[in-house]
Amino acid sequence: MRYVDEFRDGALAGNIAAVIAREADPARTYHFMEFCGGHTHAISRYGVTDLLPSNIRMIHGPGCPVCVLPIGRVDQAIRLAIERGVILCTYADVMRVPASDGLSLMKAKAHGADVRMIYSAADALKLAQTNPEREVVFLAIGFETTTPPTALVVQQAQAAGVKNFSVLCNHVLTPSAITHILESAEVRQYGTVPIDGFVGPAHVSIVIGSQPYSHFAEEYRKPVVIAGFEPLDVMQAILMLVRQVNQGRAEVENEFTRAVTPEGNLAAQKVVSEVMELRQSFEWRGLGVVPYSALKLRPAFGEFDAELRFVLQYTPVTDHKQCECGAILRGVKRPTDCKLFGTICTPENPMGSCMVSSEGACAAHYSYGRFRDIPVVV
Amino acid sequence: MAIKRDYIRPLDLKQGRIDMNHGAGGRASMQLIEEIFSRAFDNEFLRQGNDGAALPAPPPGHTLVMSTDGHVISPLFFPGGDIGCLAVHGTVNDVAMMGAVPMYLAASFIIEEGFPLADLKRIVDSMAAAAQQAGVAVVTGDTKVVEQGKGDGVFITTTGLGALPAGRRIGGAWAQAGDAVIVSGPIGEHGVAVLSQRESLEFETAVISDTAALHGQVAQLLAAVPEGTVHTLRDPTRGGLATTLNEIARQSGVGMLLQEASIPVLPQVDAACELLGLDPLYLANEGKLVAVVAPEAAPAALAALRAHPLGAQAAVIGEVVADEHRFVQMKTRFGGRRVVDWLSGEPLPRIC
Repeated sequence: MRYVDEFRDGALAGNIAAVIAREADPARTYHFMEFCGGHTHAISRYGVTDLLPSNIRMIHGPGCPVCVLPIGRVDQAIRLAIERGVILCTYADVMRVPASDGLSLMKAKAHGADVRMIYSAADALKLAQTNPEREVVFLAIGFETTTPPTALVVQQAQAAGVKNFSVLCNHVLTPSAITHILESAEVRQYGTVPIDGFVGPAHVSIVIGSQPYSHFAEEYRKPVVIAGFEPLDVMQAILMLVRQVNQGRAEVENEFTRAVTPEGNLAAQKVVSEVMELRQSFEWRGLGVVPYSALKLRPAFGEFDAELRFVLQYTPVTDHKQCECGAILRGVKRPTDCKLFGTICTPENPMGSCMVSSEGACAAHYSYGRFRDIPVVV
Repeated sequence: MAIKRDYIRPLDLKQGRIDMNHGAGGRASMQLIEEIFSRAFDNEFLRQGNDGAALPAPPPGHTLVMSTDGHVISPLFFPGGDIGCLAVHGTVNDVAMMGAVPMYLAASFIIEEGFPLADLKRIVDSMAAAAQQAGVAVVTGDTKVVEQGKGDGVFITTTGLGALPAGRRIGGAWAQAGDAVIVSGPIGEHGVAVLSQRESLEFETAVISDTAALHGQVAQLLAAVPEGTVHTLRDPTRGGLATTLNEIARQSGVGMLLQEASIPVLPQVDAACELLGLDPLYLANEGKLVAVVAPEAAPAALAALRAHPLGAQAAVIGEVVADEHRFVQMKTRFGGRRVVDWLSGEPLPRIC
């Protein structure tokens, strides 16, 4: 496949691997966090770690939209579908996120709730227009990548005078999450999570641009290399991070120049700022309450805000006691440090959110990498 | 002497629809069976007209193989086929994967009230054509009608009978370390063809379903290698190649090591998967087989598969390895290694 296979070329990967091995200082260890679930997935699926020297460790970050969605938010959606009889539509990945009472949207559907899987925000609006007698609620989740389409359909719904459509808005912001990690006690005080640099988001950066990351480079002295989601992108970004660390630099560099500009997608940013505004605080699964880290609809679009329309209350729900998703999302623990991993928590029966999406650290390791945990005779 | 028909007006095959009478067992049922089913499937056993078909015993030295498969596909018509031919191929292939020669089929239809007769006829005709092409007879059947909303158009369950030569032992439990893993052609075509027609996901693609009967190819394969060297045959349908290989690994108590670069995938399938965030390894196939073959017989097996019109792109994709954990692993094209796990849940597109 043209324009894709080039970025998965094994021979080129071997070349970059050789350069990384040559330039990485054997006397030290490098810890890089890939923020995005897309990178986590690429690293696991293509076996990128097999090409890295043992002193480069990748830490999986919290950038998996499904993983950071707290139980209480899924509960809201399930209650809307079961108690209020709405058509609840959302993206496929969200369907299996475990919520309270042993439910998930998929299980709620089996109990009779009208839950629909959609492929785009536009489908949600279409669903409302083809079912005018029903209330249709779009459970909107995701980082800056999926936010503009949500904002756009809210505008379109208003323009078309659609009266039965609303959005349960759970869009979250990448820079706030990175700040939160860098400010966390584990990173700042105890140093239990040594982070030498970030592989910066791919698709998120297409929307927000590379500028928002300069703060991390300057304020926290952490190099950031924005990288595409292909495995060669990741390899090249790791090499660039190694070089920055070796040279004592902390800059924002852009490996993904074929798609990311400094200012990002201005049209998308404009739509989002027209329709949405910052929430003062928002609970993330794993990270806890993070100030100014999420968006809600502006009052001018209040009729499309499911939280106002159905007067929803938010009740935080704690994770399973032994579930380590929180620590894993902050980079404090690895999936294999969790007692539930691979025992009672598997992709078929996820206890924690990291096991749900294939971008989640636990699911990626379980599905692609768990042979590394045990000696395998080949 | 011709028996006078009990009904005067023929079925309206243009505008007519299935109603509850068609399943009630009265004249309407009989008319439906005669005009749509018997006419299409006509054979000496069906003509017996009884509640069951009396069949000849299998050739001496053979044992009987029986397999059943329910088909509930949506959409009913897809590029390259429909539920009718699929219901024949699915069961014929299950029998063939035992190394048996498929001979007879039974077919059971559950039809939803309101289903267009024209569509039913199209499906049954397609089924009859597929059965004829595969050389199997549909010898008995059943029709039920359920109320509107209680079915999804039509469900078809087929049961197949085949004859297995004495002493032939092919099955999921017999893969051994060192065996070659062969796939008979590019994977994922059926999955992409069906997905492209799904509501809210329609996309244009030139990919058509690979649905086909595989027993001819199996016969050619088994004739080309010494008896006993083909250890396992399986058609990677639901769950795709990945799931089938995991089933075999689990049943045989072995691991597998695949080479990603050797697995044939059409560029169009690759592209569709790329766009939808899916993995061809997990998409259904309806006209492909996996053969696990003793290493010394692998070249001949590969040549035999390739010599068949359905197998031009057959390839050795890996080998069976000793592994108590029964992992199916893959050396990626990129140069790393990963597990190729069971499918978990439905293959859902990722969101970003």
